[in-house]
Amino acid sequence: MIAIVDYGVGNLFSLESSFNAIGQDVKVTSDPRDLREADRIVLPGVGAFEDAAKKLKSSGLAEPLLEEIGTGKPLLGICLGMQLLFTKSYEFGEHEGLNLIPGSVRYIGEVIPAGLKIPQIGWNSLQLGARSEEAGIIQREGEYVYFVHSYAAFCDERYITATTNYGAELTAAVQNKNIYGVQFHPEKSGNVGLNILREFCNV
Amino acid sequence: MITKRIIPCLDVRDGRVVKGVNFENLNDVNSPVELAKFYSDNGADELVFYDITASSDGRKIFTDILRETARNVFIPLTVGGGISSVKDFERVLSCGADKVSVNTGAIKNPSLIPEAAKLYGSQCVVISADVKRVGGAFHVFARGGRDDTGIEAIGWIKNCVDNGAGEVVLNSIDTDGVKKGFDLEMLRAVCNVVNVPVIASGGAGCIDDFIALFKALPGVDAGLAASIFHFGEVAIRDLKARMKVENIPVRL
Repeated sequence: MIAIVDYGVGNLFSLESSFNAIGQDVKVTSDPRDLREADRIVLPGVGAFEDAAKKLKSSGLAEPLLEEIGTGKPLLGICLGMQLLFTKSYEFGEHEGLNLIPGSVRYIGEVIPAGLKIPQIGWNSLQLGARSEEAGIIQREGEYVYFVHSYAAFCDERYITATTNYGAELTAAVQNKNIYGVQFHPEKSGNVGLNILREFCNV
Repeated sequence: MITKRIIPCLDVRDGRVVKGVNFENLNDVNSPVELAKFYSDNGADELVFYDITASSDGRKIFTDILRETARNVFIPLTVGGGISSVKDFERVLSCGADKVSVNTGAIKNPSLIPEAAKLYGSQCVVISADVKRVGGAFHVFARGGRDDTGIEAIGWIKNCVDNGAGEVVLNSIDTDGVKKGFDLEMLRAVCNVVNVPVIASGGAGCIDDFIALFKALPGVDAGLAASIFHFGEVAIRDLKARMKVENIPVRL
């Protein structure tokens, strides 16, 4: 069973549907017992970092989540859920993340040329990152996925499995051992996205 | 590089697509779910569902349809029509919509956009403006293009974006249905004042109209159309192949 962590941010209907579409047994849950029973865990998220980090902590789900990941259980963070994996975020101040991947989350306006629209909204292509030779969940160069974000992760390139070019190279996918993250929305990226979710179900 | 989006728009009344369409391999041409799947499989980058139902029964059917679509179609889904409160946002977001477009609701209730943006994020809030030239000025029209509000459109759209709308759909009533091309003059005026994605709507009659749009206005992010896609006058695959040839960034 795949557990989608429901900690009160955003709607999870499409994400749940996308796992159903690839034939997976999936459960949207805020019960720590489900995290323990699950084979894999998905951490979703939309909205603001500070609010999401607070909600995750106050939900009582952060500790069981960290425990399960500590046993080697695969985790996939999506969009803001990926950003929460990092050490800290500079979205409206400075906020602590889960620190599962060393790095920070910063405004893309710091690195992209002036005049480009923020947020980046739309379909952009993936370029495989420094560690892509290892079998990650991003398998193919140049495929298009759907992004909606104003902030991005900045970290050592050894964690980066894919980038996307929006006037500058932005982190699109990361991996640290059993911890995976994607900035884009695989559940909104057509067959390419469903294939990436399939890969996660096979790791 | 981020690509230009091609977006079919489906008008839905009482759970059925208005203006039946005719495609091979499509059993039920009036089924929003079937048509959405068809477009998703054939290169659409996003879909807009527009609820033109008047009754509350119809509204319930619409949300059922929306759920069924979101269960089967995995590209972004924008929903509009009859959105007048944050409760309406909640209603369609919980059924799988990714973005919600507001039109008359934002004219009647100026706090709707900032409230919705605060609750769901700007990326979720789309201002859809029906605009028409009146005596040399651009006016916002309400109620599906029937009522002239007298409001100057360009400043109003900018204000909506400043208040939290994360995307603009500009529908030119002047070019809508004429099929002689998008309203480049009106679109340029909007692109000049906002820094969020702008979606062009109204006037597309052929592939060349999309090419002209994206070449003339780099600030336009997407082209939206309904009947030319529904009636098979333009196949999205052909349109996108041509965009590629013309060096317009596109997802094939």
